[in-house]
Amino acid sequence: MSIPRAALEVLSTGPLALIQDLGRPGLAAMGVGRSGAADRRSFQLGARLLAQDYTAAGIEVTFGGLALRAHGDVMLALTGAPAPAVVDGTEVAYLAPFVLGNGRTLRLGAPPVGLRTYLSVRGGVDVPAVLGSRATDVLSGLGPAPLKVGDLLPVGAPLSTLPNVDIAPVRSLTNGPIVIRALLGPRADWLADPTLLAATPWTVSSRSDRVGIRLEGQALHRHESRVGQELLSEGVVRGSIQVPPGGEPVLFLADHPVTGGYPVAAVVRDADIDLVAQAVPGQTLWISLGMP
Amino acid sequence: MLVELDGLAEVLALDGAVRTAVESGDAAFVDVVDVVPAARTLLLVVREGADLAPVRAALPVMSLRTPSPPTLSRRSPAGAPVDGSRQDLPQVEILVHYDGPDLDDVAELTGLSRHEVVAAHTQTPWLVAFAGFAPGFAYLTGGDSRLQVPRRSEPRTSVPAGSVGLAGEFSAVYPRSSPGGWQLLGHTDAILWDVDRAPPALLQPGSVVRFVDRDVDRDADADAGDASR
Repeated sequence: MSIPRAALEVLSTGPLALIQDLGRPGLAAMGVGRSGAADRRSFQLGARLLAQDYTAAGIEVTFGGLALRAHGDVMLALTGAPAPAVVDGTEVAYLAPFVLGNGRTLRLGAPPVGLRTYLSVRGGVDVPAVLGSRATDVLSGLGPAPLKVGDLLPVGAPLSTLPNVDIAPVRSLTNGPIVIRALLGPRADWLADPTLLAATPWTVSSRSDRVGIRLEGQALHRHESRVGQELLSEGVVRGSIQVPPGGEPVLFLADHPVTGGYPVAAVVRDADIDLVAQAVPGQTLWISLGMP
Repeated sequence: MLVELDGLAEVLALDGAVRTAVESGDAAFVDVVDVVPAARTLLLVVREGADLAPVRAALPVMSLRTPSPPTLSRRSPAGAPVDGSRQDLPQVEILVHYDGPDLDDVAELTGLSRHEVVAAHTQTPWLVAFAGFAPGFAYLTGGDSRLQVPRRSEPRTSVPAGSVGLAGEFSAVYPRSSPGGWQLLGHTDAILWDVDRAPPALLQPGSVVRFVDRDVDRDADADAGDASR
């Protein structure tokens, strides 16, 4: 007789809950972006807490609200935005493995700071992979559909390695002003004054998603020699700050298009992109510019 | 790293050379994760924290060694290929209903009649230069040079899947419904992207694409029947 596999039943999703891993590198020439967890470090920390590699898929919860019921015992870990987590009335800690017993329910409230919570699942969420990954790419529609009430998510077989970390302290997130480091980009010369990116604060727009965050602030003007010119589309990366003719910059996140047709004035350092992925609408963001 | 090049031929030559180097395990390129060719640029994406210096040192030497690709040869005025190299490339035929909403605009922009636009689009084979924008979206180049038109001034919020369009020096087919600013000539029922197919994209870089006017072909068959051949 085979052992019945554990599963997680979705009781509520919050604004957006997606299955994520580290995405699909190497397929950009097919028009397929990498996608994957928006805050990679939080996702990776969760995997390490559960003693598994980064290929095991977890759940990225945007602004809390997720509720799951366990079918079978499932070991979990929460990282990222600290949305209050309760199992049948008892609060559970972040940054530490815990077991959600058979029939028990985990509920997440709204995070007081940060935007995206990661629920790592020992054994991984075992839905079919698409092109080698279980990540949901909201731009291209590749990967599993966003979670919906009633979904029964199969849990993969856990590895034999056992978790040996009780808790992993990390710096807490803030909804206050943050400073991110960026380098001047390949098309900085398309702007009249690219250093203005670092001269004033930017506000994270509510029209932001996994594709990118829009930055509201002082409009950036084109260099006079570039007004009316059209840039031929070219490859862009996570962290590229694109400036359309309207002057409102877009900072690309995990599900950015593979190519873009607006000049990239600056590129955020890879180490700071995860911080940007936790920025909430209305948050103030300063850009510190360096030379490449 | 974004490499700027003079033209598409140079981009594709360097793209090919870099891919060969990556696949053969060249030490300078071990950290390269993604290579993204575009009209005038080649983007190399390396692993997080990797050093760009080896790539930067290897690239200039590499481009000097690379011959220009024969596949991008221009056609003679008579319409015959300048050389026979295209015969060896994979061929894809795409049946199109030329009923697009921008056919009149393209005719006006190019100074051709609607019929001449369709004829120009179908009579010259296109080459898949590179992919981008979205999964299965292929930029086709090498078509009739009279068909170079700007993008629409206002992009559409939704372009239906299978739409066949023109922008700049390129033609393309939208694999799925998406926003877009290309001038739409018509539509096809061909499936451009299917993740359950290997490879998922119908149009692979290096393939030759021939657009066929479904409606004209049907008329031609009818004519042939009338002539009792």
